[in-house]
Amino acid sequence: MAKVLMKGNEAVAKAAIEAGCKYFFGYPITPQNEIPEYMAREMPKVGGVFLQAESEVAAINMVYGAAGAGARVMTSSSSPGIALKQEGISYIAGAELPAVIVNMMRGGPGLGGIQPSQADYFMSTRGGGNGDYRHIVYAPATIQEAVDMTMEAFEVADYYRMPVMVVGDGMIGQMMEPVEFNPPAKRELQEKTWASVGTKGLRKPNVINSLYLEAQELEDHNIRLEKKYEEIIEKEARWEDYKIEDADIILVAYGTTARIAKNAAEDLRKEGIKAGVIRPMTLWPFPNKAFENLNCKALLTVEMSMGQMIEDVKTAVEFKLPVHFVGRVGGMIPEPVMIVDKAREIMGGVR
Amino acid sequence: MAKGKVYFDQDRCKGCELCTTACPVKIVVMDKTQINIKGYHPATVLEMDKCIGCANCATMCPDYVITVEREQ
Amino acid sequence: MAVVFKKTQGLTDVQTHYCPGCTHGIIHRLVGEVLEELGVLGDSIGVAPVGCSVLAYKYFNCDMQEAAHGRAPACATGIKRVHPDKVVFTYQGDGDLASIGMAEIVHAAARGEKITTIFVNNAIYGMTGGQMAPTTLVGQKATTSPYGRDAALVGFPIRVSEMLSTLDGAVYVERVTVNTAANVRKAKAAIKKAFQAQINGEGFTMVEVLSTCPTNWGLHPVEALKWLEDNMIPYYPLGNFKNVDGEAK
Repeated sequence: MAKVLMKGNEAVAKAAIEAGCKYFFGYPITPQNEIPEYMAREMPKVGGVFLQAESEVAAINMVYGAAGAGARVMTSSSSPGIALKQEGISYIAGAELPAVIVNMMRGGPGLGGIQPSQADYFMSTRGGGNGDYRHIVYAPATIQEAVDMTMEAFEVADYYRMPVMVVGDGMIGQMMEPVEFNPPAKRELQEKTWASVGTKGLRKPNVINSLYLEAQELEDHNIRLEKKYEEIIEKEARWEDYKIEDADIILVAYGTTARIAKNAAEDLRKEGIKAGVIRPMTLWPFPNKAFENLNCKALLTVEMSMGQMIEDVKTAVEFKLPVHFVGRVGGMIPEPVMIVDKAREIMGGVR
Repeated sequence: MAKGKVYFDQDRCKGCELCTTACPVKIVVMDKTQINIKGYHPATVLEMDKCIGCANCATMCPDYVITVEREQ
Repeated sequence: MAVVFKKTQGLTDVQTHYCPGCTHGIIHRLVGEVLEELGVLGDSIGVAPVGCSVLAYKYFNCDMQEAAHGRAPACATGIKRVHPDKVVFTYQGDGDLASIGMAEIVHAAARGEKITTIFVNNAIYGMTGGQMAPTTLVGQKATTSPYGRDAALVGFPIRVSEMLSTLDGAVYVERVTVNTAANVRKAKAAIKKAFQAQINGEGFTMVEVLSTCPTNWGLHPVEALKWLEDNMIPYYPLGNFKNVDGEAK
């Protein structure tokens, strides 16, 4: 298939439809409006349903209903709207429903700004809603990756029966890059015999629910969920590394920030500082294995936040290596020179 | 007057007495001689020969205690 | 003799947890009977609220989803959009529908979502122990209006049926009650009309059922029926507020 130049938001929407998503419920919020707008145009053409909900809260609950009814369904939003969805995401996780949630991150806290950010790392990976739960979080760095990860998200969501989030720093939504739409690796999926589709008088009613009033039942449920999460941690963590074997300093970054970090690593190498990059592609499960047995002297996380992923990096190296932070927020984009200066300072060679 | 008969699944009864308000011939009473498994005096009918099988009692019952039969 | 009244197949055998005399039991039974009589029980999907009837998913003998507080109409929208040929209903109390869920019910009605909402209005919050509801009457005491609802401080109760009937997407809106056997039968007829309108593909339908809460009103169940008649019916008049007959919207 020939590549086509597409805006990130639209590519993600098209990817969902290509993956068999027939139901989209969303609400306008900058900078992801191209997603619901694309869905509004294209869903009717494939016999799907686009519905603009009255709020992000309503949208995530429509997702809950549709997912519980057995459908492949998606919603999208940006940071403040994703915050609104946290209750619904917790319910979807608790009821073990498959769904895909796309977050094109913008600056916060509160209303924040409309420029790109990565400040929803905690909200995405710590579970912004109540209770013990996790969901897979994919962090694409290119539009192609955004397409691939969105398509795979539907497979993975169905396979594990869980919500799956795809988080793009706002640039992913707004950039244009050439993409192609290839089907993801198919997983062996079970028929959704648990879905609420009507009993036809042939079976006991199915109940989609996250309420367990008996304490032991709720504990058993949480233990079962935890086993699922352990399997996912074992199997689904994903990352990319770049020139880390001989690196003295390793930059850790995700999303488009990782592309900037790669440029900075190259600039550092030109100066004689051996730098490499580890790029998490899943934020949860965090790729702890990428950080085993590193030979470097220090790590430097680069984030468009005040420092959130850095905590996972420190945990991953078990606090045995110094981990530093550099970043910009508010929509200010980190530049290679800033990263290079910080790395140089850490390595002790200020010129 | 049609003849009717009502059956009370007495262990379902919560003693709310709504059925006693609905009976047009006023024969539904709470059986003070009995306590059911829930600890309530269950509803009952002592003068079944007066029952007209209107099912008003069953219509008012929130706990599906009552089954009603009627002569056709 | 022939059986003229027995428990409907529309409900499971699970004994409900509701208080003695709580009208939820009656209303559940009416919904179950209607779905059974319309022959749609196997094609029905219900959405339970948060409130006393949070466990409704144990009592209705059809596929059920438990929604977050107030979100049942959005959840039902998701289900109905996926399965437009099924009968989808929400069953909600006054806190769930008229407080936290007000946006969801208004917009489901405005969109003309082809779902049926059973709205149980007992002018108080039951499950959480008797707090004031958006439908609590002026002067009525609740645990968060211990001196009686003061309109000057917290305004006036909301008449949901009247409000929703102004929306073009709402095709059948009726307020009924269950304080007498005759009214119970009328309530059932309204519920049947509401579901039939959904089956005909007409639009959003709702039946508001004035109900009692003996426990939190502090009244014997029989006294509670009287309180409903004396206090609630004058403020929440019974009757039909919208009936767009037969036109598929």
